[in-house]
Amino acid sequence: MKNFGFNIHKSLALDLDNIDRSLFLKLADLEPDIYKCIGCGSCTSSCTAGSFTTLSFRQIILFIERGDSNKSIEMAKKCMLCGKCTLICPRCINTRNILRTLININTTVK
Amino acid sequence: MKNNTDSRTIAIIGGGPAGMECAAQLKTLGYKCVIIEKGDKLGGNLNNWDRLFPEGIEAQKVVKELAEKTKGSKLFLNSTIESVKHEKGKYNIVVSGKDIVEADSVIICTGFDLFPAEKKEEYGYNIYNHVITNRDLEQYFKKRVDSRIQNPSKIGFVHCVGSRDEKVCNRHCSKLCCVTAVKQAIELKEIFPKSEIICFYMDLRMFGRGYEDIYHDAQYKYGIRFIRGRVSEVSENIEMGVVVKAEDTLQSKPIKITLDLLVLMSGMMNSHTASQIAEQFDAPISNDGFFEQSSRTLSKNSVGKKGIFIAGTSTGPKTLPETLNDARGVVLEVHQYLSNL
Repeated sequence: MKNFGFNIHKSLALDLDNIDRSLFLKLADLEPDIYKCIGCGSCTSSCTAGSFTTLSFRQIILFIERGDSNKSIEMAKKCMLCGKCTLICPRCINTRNILRTLININTTVK
Repeated sequence: MKNNTDSRTIAIIGGGPAGMECAAQLKTLGYKCVIIEKGDKLGGNLNNWDRLFPEGIEAQKVVKELAEKTKGSKLFLNSTIESVKHEKGKYNIVVSGKDIVEADSVIICTGFDLFPAEKKEEYGYNIYNHVITNRDLEQYFKKRVDSRIQNPSKIGFVHCVGSRDEKVCNRHCSKLCCVTAVKQAIELKEIFPKSEIICFYMDLRMFGRGYEDIYHDAQYKYGIRFIRGRVSEVSENIEMGVVVKAEDTLQSKPIKITLDLLVLMSGMMNSHTASQIAEQFDAPISNDGFFEQSSRTLSKNSVGKKGIFIAGTSTGPKTLPETLNDARGVVLEVHQYLSNL
């Protein structure tokens, strides 16, 4: 068939019917605090590493919730576990434990 | 201050919570009250609801208690106001073409109407099989039958339907729908524990005492998901699923999801009877469709006309406790007005 140089793009929209939420559910089982995030961004703005890397704890939770585990794990690796986000979170989310649990789940799987 | 309250009559237009509370409080001050209600019973919009936030009190229990306190007031049901004459300081109100009420003062308590969700055609109410409104859901909670609700496993709530939307001429926030959606989501989750529930919101306004706790519980105890983004369009697939499109604004990505049930949170607007009442009593209506108050801070129960007062949701969205407070407030203003005549 002649190639006219056209092709079909895959939709960039997030298809929530076909996302894998297993990581979120597993994490929520071990640290239910993850349910409590209201996306305020205090964690991200106070993050020590966040000013120099792409680390955003708000987005880590969001990516896990929306089934994008790879992105969240990549981000989580940049965390220094300083704990400032735990201090600042208005919903008292144990951010440190979410991160540790996330890394643990990831290393046990591998 | 002369205080021959028992010779004074106050006409209360509307027998919802505001009207009932006005009658109850005026009665304790010794006034005679006449309630003119268009429906066949007292209670107004409360009659459409099952349980109320924040603590889940039954709406019917509230109606019963409030109605009990109005006993002794003259009650016109299924009645409309045909004409009004202002003569010698009194208002002569012709009710349903036969009765005449002679009132020294009038309180407008005409309340609100829910936004007709079918006007937002893109959401598919009355078009698709599994799209319902907040009021339909309350009816379901009462009767537990609705052909549109068939053991749904994925449920969505659309906040701000007919609120904060200039396309339907409602710029205002109806303020109760946020917490109502969260309350209803929890109730649905209790009926269908295996279901997955998502609320699509623009802002979550949990302003009242205990509301934030309901929100917290919805997330933490019930696992209800919240996506910040306004639903832009809804369609139906071949299996009668409801396909919803929105943007996940927290990650700047358009999203798409198929649901078994979609609940539209219809907002509040002024009662459809308001324009006629406004004309009859010369009470101004503001740009937002609600009655205007002489001052929204210092004279919130006055419409700027001698002897005419106003209370409840006819001057804007209010919670039930706020409505009852407003009713108690207007009663004092009426009392002051009549005492100084």
